[in-house]
Amino acid sequence: MPRRRGRRARYVLWAAALFAYAFLYLPLAIVVAYSFNDSRLNAEWVGFTLDWYRKLANNGDMLLAAGNSLMIAASASAVSTVLGTMAGIAMHRYRLPFLSILVLAPIAIPEILMGVALLIFFVMINFTLGLVSVAIAHIAFCIGFVAIVVRSRLAGMDESLVEAARDLGATPWQAFIHVTLPLIMPGVIAGALMAFTLSIDDFVITFFTAGAGTVTLPLQIYSMIKIAVTPEVNAVSTLLMLLTLLLIVIASKLSPSFLRGAEDIEEKR
Amino acid sequence: MTTLRHGFGKWITSGPPLVFLVAFFAVPTLIMVLASFRTPGEFGGLAPLRNEDGSLDLTLESYVRFATEPLYWQIFVKSFWYALVTTLACLVLAYPVASLIAQSDRRWRSLLLLLVILPFWSNFLIRIYAWMIILGPNAALARAVNGVLGAFGAEPVPLLFSAFAVLVCLVYVHLPFMVLPLYANLEKHDRTLLDAAQDLGANAWQRFWRITFPLSLPGVYAGAALVFIPAFGIFAIPDILGGPNDSLIGNVIKQQFLDSRDWPFGSVLSIVLTLLALALAGLAAWIGKRGVARLASGHA
Repeated sequence: MPRRRGRRARYVLWAAALFAYAFLYLPLAIVVAYSFNDSRLNAEWVGFTLDWYRKLANNGDMLLAAGNSLMIAASASAVSTVLGTMAGIAMHRYRLPFLSILVLAPIAIPEILMGVALLIFFVMINFTLGLVSVAIAHIAFCIGFVAIVVRSRLAGMDESLVEAARDLGATPWQAFIHVTLPLIMPGVIAGALMAFTLSIDDFVITFFTAGAGTVTLPLQIYSMIKIAVTPEVNAVSTLLMLLTLLLIVIASKLSPSFLRGAEDIEEKR
Repeated sequence: MTTLRHGFGKWITSGPPLVFLVAFFAVPTLIMVLASFRTPGEFGGLAPLRNEDGSLDLTLESYVRFATEPLYWQIFVKSFWYALVTTLACLVLAYPVASLIAQSDRRWRSLLLLLVILPFWSNFLIRIYAWMIILGPNAALARAVNGVLGAFGAEPVPLLFSAFAVLVCLVYVHLPFMVLPLYANLEKHDRTLLDAAQDLGANAWQRFWRITFPLSLPGVYAGAALVFIPAFGIFAIPDILGGPNDSLIGNVIKQQFLDSRDWPFGSVLSIVLTLLALALAGLAAWIGKRGVARLASGHA
């Protein structure tokens, strides 16, 4: 039973923490609220409307950008999940310092470096900038995130189950398909959802690798807010937030390590 | 047989991701390093690899330009200050949140933690856009601030397109990166130390400053590295929320690639940015480790 310490210190702590939480949520709440506001200016509340969502549904550029974003996110998360799971398993089972550096470096270095390097690379090999170059770039930085989630899941796994399967005559492939894969599946799915979210949200690397003709949702939002603030951006932002929220809740249900890191799993062992 | 199988598993799991990352991360990075030693092409990009006399186009020109033009160093220094102020502000805001989560009941912990992480998962541009609305000239905040300033006879100030807007948004975007490592550290603290300090007559402030804070230094340095690196290379926030004087190194790099189209010089700036960021993060990690060693040996 922890004893009661300085009541005043606790109040200060609560007040400061509440301020920080308000700081985190108030801006997003304002974006959502103004998406229903019957005024072109995002300045004060006038009245409720769904006009901005209607406008959005008829905005061809935006729909095209949303389609591109979904296509890129779907393919980038599919490929990076397969490659990231392989990398996670390899990093857990074997000592591979070179692979670890390659997997984790894209996460550790400033994003702009990767965007710039890929731009030079694609132009030099005469690879047309567009959907495919963006998807390749997204795969490259998503592999690391998937690998981390899968590895932390493996760290919490009972290795003796695989040994038992092998002792009972399973081939390494059978042991993988029937024992390892089902056990790490929540981590794999969480990694896939994480990759999807990262891809659909990415701005910096996409900005450099998309070329002139290709637009994704973040690029479209960027060009809109560079010109003017309009509640249509609030509406698309609100929808995007809902989608992300949904994916994150699913991911965190599937893999608690997704939120807490590997420490808790280590503790439970 | 086992060793053969073992080698096969290693090859089959590590091979594909390795090939992909070599092709689309290692090789592009190396090409960028090479590009920094080349001459810019007449219409952007790079000049042909072979000069007219047949020699290879390799030059230190861009490095010399970087070393001799103080303007670019000044922008690096400015970016450093922005990133440092961001890191310190994040620390001050994150500490109470992380301690509250670490002290709260286990049932509430994941929820409180989730609440910190969620905004981080919403789109980066949406979070910048939110501050465009809040700091906009017609919004309540700007009117209140300028009302107060007006009452004292001061000139109205624009909140948007200013260093203030850039810094607030930098802190906003990076706050979760500070909370998470701090929480991971604070959660492991031995609470009996605080009980002992209280029995020996330490007040709340002394308990924090002499026990909790020194023990949390590894978390502080880890968080500092996670905030500092992305803040140092940021380009979207000053691009959208900053005024003409708020260009940071990320903006200059973007200009070199998309506007001036001087790839070699842009590559030099990117390389310097990355090396500086990694060196500073490495320094933070080293200081953190040394701090722990000193604590462990009882010299703190």
